[in-house]
Amino acid sequence: MLYLIEQSLNGIQLGMLLFLLAAGLTLIFGIMDLVNLAHGSLYMLGAYFAATLIEVTDSFVLGIALGIVATLVAGMVMEMIAIRPLYGRDHLDHVLGTFGLLIFFNELVRLIWGPAGLTISLPPEMLTAVQVLPGVFYPLYRLVIILSTLAVGLLLYVLVMRTRIGMLIRAGASNREMVGALGVNIKLLYTLVFGLGAALAGFAGMIQAPLAFVQIGMGENILILAFVVIIIGGIGSIRGAFVAAVLVGLIDTMGRAFLPDLVRAFLSYSAGSSAGPALSSMLIYALMAAVLVFRPEGLFPASNK
Amino acid sequence: MTTHLTARNAVVVAMIAFLMLVPVYAATTGNTFMMTLFTRIIILAIAAVSLNLIMGFGGMVSFGHAAYLGIGGYVVGILAKEGIDSGFVQWPLAIALSGLFALGVGALSLRTRGVYFIMITLAFAQVVYYVANGLDRYGGDDGLTIQRRSEFGGLINLSNRTFFYYLCLALLLATVYLVWRMVNSRFGMAIQGARSNERRMNAIGFPTFRYKLICFVIAGLICGLAGVLLANHTNFISPQLMHWTRSGDLIVMAVLGGMGSVFGPVIGAVALLVLEETLPHLIGLVTHVFTGKEIAAAKEYWQLILGPMLLLIVLFARGGIDGLIARSRNG
Repeated sequence: MLYLIEQSLNGIQLGMLLFLLAAGLTLIFGIMDLVNLAHGSLYMLGAYFAATLIEVTDSFVLGIALGIVATLVAGMVMEMIAIRPLYGRDHLDHVLGTFGLLIFFNELVRLIWGPAGLTISLPPEMLTAVQVLPGVFYPLYRLVIILSTLAVGLLLYVLVMRTRIGMLIRAGASNREMVGALGVNIKLLYTLVFGLGAALAGFAGMIQAPLAFVQIGMGENILILAFVVIIIGGIGSIRGAFVAAVLVGLIDTMGRAFLPDLVRAFLSYSAGSSAGPALSSMLIYALMAAVLVFRPEGLFPASNK
Repeated sequence: MTTHLTARNAVVVAMIAFLMLVPVYAATTGNTFMMTLFTRIIILAIAAVSLNLIMGFGGMVSFGHAAYLGIGGYVVGILAKEGIDSGFVQWPLAIALSGLFALGVGALSLRTRGVYFIMITLAFAQVVYYVANGLDRYGGDDGLTIQRRSEFGGLINLSNRTFFYYLCLALLLATVYLVWRMVNSRFGMAIQGARSNERRMNAIGFPTFRYKLICFVIAGLICGLAGVLLANHTNFISPQLMHWTRSGDLIVMAVLGGMGSVFGPVIGAVALLVLEETLPHLIGLVTHVFTGKEIAAAKEYWQLILGPMLLLIVLFARGGIDGLIARSRNG
């Protein structure tokens, strides 16, 4: 039972991470109609920025905060130089062009930071475990991830649904020309949205980094998962991304935690250890296939598209 | 069909002649690296041509085409590991399994379109990738060395480099011919019609779903064969064979060469892989010109050039190399 609670929290934590990535992807897709394979590069850049800035400032929180700003700026510059010409082209062009960007960023990171990865060490006060339920201890840092991501998600919701800029974003998604005709600088708006997505991805990369490793290509596999999330949730829908991200996170973590034992009950011990992770990854894709077959628009289709 | 002496045809002929002469050149100069490189190029060209059949002519942008390379390769590797190294068993089984996988993937993913199709094909390829990662007996994520190439009962010997090269080249030409015949047949016209306007094709009585599915399966079969060849070429299989960036590479080959023609992807495969080999040297040369000495470190970072190059090709050379050649004739 303890194990179950712990694993559910882990699943939610992974889901939150996926949500940060997927929210940016789905915003960019929903509003600019752009498939961005280089989104994972921003995740990677965020982690590298944070690793360096934490080192320089000697403060975890300050490093993260500056890292977010740095990724935001990097995203906006990237949009202005490389992404802008891709708007309005077909999706194959997006895939290819951003695939080129992905190759470029991997190499750029190797040039700047070297081929060996980096680590981000947590401040000591984060290394403790807290009691979340009587008798259930959980690492503080993972809780911090869940809570801070929830806060970011809430902020995003308020930004998109309750502010003037959010109104423009939503308007831009439903009718680009009309918004432009009404005197809104649509180019600037797109740059801002892309920067916002970049910052979200970068934030995801940097908060995950202390639990894993900062390395080249770290954003590639998780990017695919984020794509799965936005397809399950419905492209363009932030709410859908949230639900699907938690769902995918839970399935993946639970699968990894419990499937090996299930396989072992039928097959050998080693078969369980090797087939378990593969099976849980397959479960996610099976879910996605099922969603696409029965609800091709995703669970929560964006209403404005 | 009458053939004319156009720039396009001349390039095709020159390219084929060049590919045929590679072993001669390698034998006279003793450059075995060139043989290895071009065998690889030819095999990946087969995969790219098969991808272009569905992508360029059918409008189905599959982002999971490397999965067939993996399936073909793994069937060869697994059977070899279990002691079955007869090519008469390995090859048909590998191709059949690739086709079966394509049938399943196609039946599900062809219900969707646009970006959903791109993503669902990617997702299915990822499933295969994870399965291969989970195959501990066959090396897991470290991969598996294949001890012996496929045996054809002493009839042919795949371990002979030159023979293997010409076999791959023959299969490539056969693939190009097959795809060319298919594209220009009634079947191919229906596929291309469905790409431009599926609803209209449906309305005039074509079961477009079935047509597209068959086309998708044929592409899978051909790419499975490429996987078999690749495993025999490198004597090694690993999940990297079907990492999603490999599918991206195949798309790049098709687009770079030109999706509008059957032979385009062959040009694309040659161009991309030769570029990958020569870019480091070119960078070395450029640094030599500017600074007077070669900066060895700069050579390592050739992908810094390749990435933006892809973006520029997307933006400014939509028809790929083939498009440029075809245009040069008219303009």
